[in-house]
Amino acid sequence: MKLLVPVKRVVDYNVKVRVKSDGMGVETAGVKMSMNPFDEIAIEEAVRLKEKGIASEIIAVSMGIAACQETIRTALAMGADRGILVETDVELQPLAVAKMLKALVDKEQPGMVIMGKQAIDDDMNATGQMLAALLGWPQGTFASKLDIADGTATVIREIDGGLETVALTLPAVVTADLRLNEPRYASLPNIMKARKKPIETIKPADLGVDPAPRLTTLKVVEPAKRKAGVKVANVAELVAKLRNEAKVI
Amino acid sequence: MNDLVQPIDLSPHAAIRNEVRKLCAAFPGSYWRALDRDNLYPEAFVRALAEGGWLAALIPEEYGGSGLTLSSAAAILEEIQRAGCNGAACHAQMYIMGALLRHGNAAQKAEYLPKIASGALRLQAFGVTEPSSGTDTLALQTTARRDGDEYVVNGQKIWTSRAEHSDLMLLLARTTPREEVQKRTDGLSVFLLDMRAVRGSQLTIRPIRTMMNHATTEVFFDHMRIPATALIGEEGEGFRYILSGMNAERILIAAECIGDAKWFTEKSTNYANERVVFGRPIGQNQGVQFPIAKAYARMRAAELMVERAAALFEAGQDCGAEANIAKMLAAEASWEAAEACVQTHGGFGFAEEYDIERKFRETRLYQVAPISTNLILSYLAEHVLGLPRSY
Ligand SMILES: Cc1cc2nc3c(=O)[nH]c(=O)nc-3n(C[C@H](O)[C@H](O)[C@H](O)COP(=O)(O)OP(=O)(O)OC[C@H]3O[C@@H](n4cnc5c(N)ncnc54)[C@H](O)[C@@H]3O)c2cc1C
Ligand SMILES: Cc1cc2nc3c(=O)[nH]c(=O)nc-3n(C[C@H](O)[C@H](O)[C@H](O)COP(=O)(O)OP(=O)(O)OC[C@H]3O[C@@H](n4cnc5c(N)ncnc54)[C@H](O)[C@@H]3O)c2cc1C
Repeated sequence: MKLLVPVKRVVDYNVKVRVKSDGMGVETAGVKMSMNPFDEIAIEEAVRLKEKGIASEIIAVSMGIAACQETIRTALAMGADRGILVETDVELQPLAVAKMLKALVDKEQPGMVIMGKQAIDDDMNATGQMLAALLGWPQGTFASKLDIADGTATVIREIDGGLETVALTLPAVVTADLRLNEPRYASLPNIMKARKKPIETIKPADLGVDPAPRLTTLKVVEPAKRKAGVKVANVAELVAKLRNEAKVI
Repeated sequence: MNDLVQPIDLSPHAAIRNEVRKLCAAFPGSYWRALDRDNLYPEAFVRALAEGGWLAALIPEEYGGSGLTLSSAAAILEEIQRAGCNGAACHAQMYIMGALLRHGNAAQKAEYLPKIASGALRLQAFGVTEPSSGTDTLALQTTARRDGDEYVVNGQKIWTSRAEHSDLMLLLARTTPREEVQKRTDGLSVFLLDMRAVRGSQLTIRPIRTMMNHATTEVFFDHMRIPATALIGEEGEGFRYILSGMNAERILIAAECIGDAKWFTEKSTNYANERVVFGRPIGQNQGVQFPIAKAYARMRAAELMVERAAALFEAGQDCGAEANIAKMLAAEASWEAAEACVQTHGGFGFAEEYDIERKFRETRLYQVAPISTNLILSYLAEHVLGLPRSY
């Protein structure tokens, strides 16, 4: 079974993001970029499936500017076999990404798409769901455990109330939550091997998709600064403050 | 602080830096503090680096390494230091093998390099300095006398770091008495000493406590018998073999200092932005920001010299002056950044919990070892500027 794993280039999780001076996005110039951490988990899961002999090939896909190659190389160093870069300077929104992924799925015919549940830059949490809908495939989102046997993927999902177990008939879309696994570090020899693995570069037009954004960003602002908290001496004071100052009880 | 490696870098360095950073994240300050308290060796850290193939970066692929260039190795060591870890525990595993690689015979290379590459064997002890010969290497007194198929070694080394955590040692000893040699640089020989075979009565290793956790030792050789096959290259040529590896060592140590400087500066800026005294962040005062900015500027200048030296080295050109200058400037820059960091942190810079005092102690070494600043200056004065030899 082939696996398709999308990987997104995002601002590194350690970076304190700053709003751009035009108020239309966050500053990415000169900022350290990394693979979306949820996508790392997706790649790790795919590599484990390959190590178990369940998967035969892992294709890592990234979409965006040429520098997304770095993200693909990271995936290749972790164990993916080849990469596809859909190169475009256009701002990509979930629907466009899902459509392009669908086109790639039609072409590559993977048995499963494993992807991050969301990207830590815009936190959309939408692409996986949209892709499943476009493909008409079952979806197992927020996976914290994945087992595959006899053409069925059993996914334990992290939901608000606890854990939900679903069985999906393959092919399917699975999105990774934080606890699915702990991604490996790439070793130096694997980084060097990854440099020799192929990356195919195509354009959105090659997939017959117009990636132009459908949503317009009006403005981007910093979250309001949190005010310092206060210490209360006892429960009575707490109740009084909640009632009279915060007016929440 | 913005990331200092900004351009999109499609060379292996970007990936190398990223992965080393991830690996190091598993060894935070608390890990190093616990070791420091009891003077313990960072075994888990060294094993993780070896398993990831990082210490075999410079070993050619045919022997199981990654065959990378010096600047890649420099990037690895810089990132280790920048993450707050201490590469001194194992940096020598990366470069000591250079003597074996360049001057060893085919049998020696085939026997040892693959095991060094896999980490099965550690070659990270370098026995050069003696109590009466630090800077003046040619004055060393340890002797190796040929006796049939063996050499018999007598003498003593000091500051032989990591000897207790190494299987092999690259040993420099005198094989021809000083008064019998034609050229003053003749008469020393290099041996690949398998310490496992002789430790005990013939070879004694004693730890030296130092101001930082460095696993350094003194080593005694008492009629130590080693096979003649341990000789690297030709007898009497050892000093030149050691010299040929020094530029690489200088450049790598310099890269570590750059990493230290970046770590200190990041700590300083973060703290100066957060710490509020007299109703505003201390970083708003020029008295606080200027020393940090100055140390940063010096680090960037030193970094360029490290890059320049590495580029010359990789192009196979003479880089003696640049490698030495890089090491001197980088060691000074890391010290300046360390000093600014302690001062910025006020009293908290002294608290172990902040790791600053630990890194402060660790980075001070590089103005003394592996070569002290004065000797770099005398080298430049004599060999670059044409002034009279002063030593
Ligand atoms: C923690 C630690 C780890 C080490 N690890 C190793 C190791 O693994 N292997 C190894 O072989 N060695 C090691 N060394 C030794 C190190 O290389 C030496 O300490 C260094 O070369 C200086 O030699 P020395 O200590 O004998 O100082 P000395 O040679 O006694 O010099 C003392 C001072 O005098 C200055 N000086 C000497 N001669 C002159 C001159 N002509 N002009 C101007 N100034 C001069 C020096 O610059 C220095 O500042 C280590 C040292 C330390 C502290
Ligand atoms: C080992 C040790 C023992 C001590 N013993 C005692 C003791 O017995 N009793 C006691 O009461 N205290 C003691 N102290 C505390 C010591 O007096 C303080 O650490 C010191 O006054 C600095 O205060 P701070 O650490 O809060 O630094 P901060 O006030 O946070 O200052 C941090 C840095 O910012 C600089 N800075 C702050 N404001 C400005 C400004 N406006 N312009 C320019 N620079 C500025 C400071 O000079 C400093 O470099 C001790 C500290 C240590 C480390």
